[in-house]
Amino acid sequence: MARPRSPIAPPQSFVWTRRVVLTLLAAFALLPVYVMVSSSLKPLEDVSGTFEWFPANFTIRPYIDIWSTVPLAKYFVNSLIVAGSATALSVVIAVFAAYAVSRYRFRGKRVFTVTVLSTQMFPGILFLLPLFLIFVNIGNTTGVELYGSRGGLILTYLTFSLPFSIWMLIGYFDSIPRELDEAAMVDGCGPIRALFRVVVPAAVPGIVAVAVYAFMTAWGEVLFASVMTNDTTRTLAVGLQGYATQNDVYWNQIMAASLVVSVPVVVGFLLLQRYLVAGLTAGAVK
Amino acid sequence: MTATVTPSSGHKAGNPEKTDNGGARGRRPLRIPDRIRQGGLPYLLLLPAVVLELLIHIIPMVIGIWVSFRQLTQFFIRNWGNSPSAGFDNYKIAIDFDAPIGQALLHSFLVTCAFTVLSVGLSWLFGVAAAIMLQENFRGRNILRTIFLVPYALPVYAAVITWAFMFQHDNGIINHVLHDQLGLTDKPSFWLIGNNSFIALVVVSLWKSWPFAFLMLMAALQNIPRDLYEAASIDGAGIWQQIRKITLPSLRPVNQVLVLVLFLWTFNDFNTPYVLFGKSAPEAADLISIHIYQSSFVTWNFGSGSAMSVLLLLFLLVVTAVYLLLTSRGRKGSNG
Repeated sequence: MARPRSPIAPPQSFVWTRRVVLTLLAAFALLPVYVMVSSSLKPLEDVSGTFEWFPANFTIRPYIDIWSTVPLAKYFVNSLIVAGSATALSVVIAVFAAYAVSRYRFRGKRVFTVTVLSTQMFPGILFLLPLFLIFVNIGNTTGVELYGSRGGLILTYLTFSLPFSIWMLIGYFDSIPRELDEAAMVDGCGPIRALFRVVVPAAVPGIVAVAVYAFMTAWGEVLFASVMTNDTTRTLAVGLQGYATQNDVYWNQIMAASLVVSVPVVVGFLLLQRYLVAGLTAGAVK
Repeated sequence: MTATVTPSSGHKAGNPEKTDNGGARGRRPLRIPDRIRQGGLPYLLLLPAVVLELLIHIIPMVIGIWVSFRQLTQFFIRNWGNSPSAGFDNYKIAIDFDAPIGQALLHSFLVTCAFTVLSVGLSWLFGVAAAIMLQENFRGRNILRTIFLVPYALPVYAAVITWAFMFQHDNGIINHVLHDQLGLTDKPSFWLIGNNSFIALVVVSLWKSWPFAFLMLMAALQNIPRDLYEAASIDGAGIWQQIRKITLPSLRPVNQVLVLVLFLWTFNDFNTPYVLFGKSAPEAADLISIHIYQSSFVTWNFGSGSAMSVLLLLFLLVVTAVYLLLTSRGRKGSNG
């Protein structure tokens, strides 16, 4: 994505404004990360006293203790299962839906897109209780336990990321010339084969962008996780509060645990960010 | 299925040039059964998405509206179908601004409005500044872009819990810098209770949402043709003029979507205040979502909580409709 330098170098006033603004923004963005890292390397007495910029008594003890203070490994596995499954399912379902909207003309298309997008408007709090009641009722009548189970949370999270994913993929699919899949269909592919052989490979950046978004949505959600899980299915979003409900607040361990649960998402996100930008460029912002 | 025989072609791009799938003679009889077969396919492809949207979004919303007309308290939670009807009582109580419940709701609504305007406005400003400054290639551009996206990538609860630590009265970094190091305050301030909590909430929300604005705007800037800038600079336009005359106007379509999305997310935000303050927020930072959560799950009055949610939804619907109407009219006007 390298772009040529403009023929005329920008004036000094712009260069200096740029330096100042970008430095301040970078400091703002990174300050919590710095606090997280430095405080996670201090003993409890030091994080309980006045803040210090540099750890005076350097220790990696918090990183050992976090696993025993709360069952962090279990929460981690739960979060991985829930976010991973929700992402995989959400991407597949969004690809099908976006393909239908992008490539076909059918009755109800506008109703579908408008309805799906307008669900972004719903306050989560409005359907939290009804969803809870529905899950409990489904469990009582069919024996399929959705309340308290990972399955229920997976269904919920995958639906949360669907609207934005479908919307973004419609934009991306629209930017892929239809001649490509039409040619494949002339060669004897069915529409579904044309989707997987031609459209999906051409839409990889958009699909990766959607997957990243879906994973982050599921990994970070707090409200439904706190109501819809129990001790065995608890995810990180709720589990992290365990360090603070005891008599002491283990700030150093909270910071260490926050860092540990952030690493998989942040690393994945930063590795895939160029796809995200490419996906947004072709899809959402067109 | 009748959609399949509408006069317009099955595909939107009716390119007259490329009609050679079987030659002009074989095309018409081949096309009609083809289109009937396709007629069911889009619905099949949409089916999983529709089922899930119904189960998780639409049906719960309808039930939520139904609950708002019921006296659903803890006594009826086991057999909620039998809860007594409340008529419009829940709504009357919610909008009776002279009584304590309505007064608290109105206060929370106004706090949320102020919070949203500040957070969305500043997020857009930060995002657009960063996107424009990173448009040109220079040394360190990629690393800065990565740094700016870190707040967006961090899980919400991990980031907000870190901010909660930073805002601590005794051992937080904010008081250490403002009071101990810079001496700006007479004594260490309380950030998570009292009036300062509003500032804390705006800062955290801004920190969390501006990278999204940056990401969208940065992507949009890549679609502006290079020649526009070259032509402008040949005509003698300086960089500030180029930003004002080319960059900002080109961002209008993205801004339309971006501001709306940020507005809806910020107005409904639950995660930030919930992790920052816990189950009950201080009055100055009593966002509407937390307020409704408290009214339903802490006091166990779900009918009243649902009525408030429905009112919130109606408000968001009206604002969104008016916003879309105004912005798309402005857009048509500028194009025509």
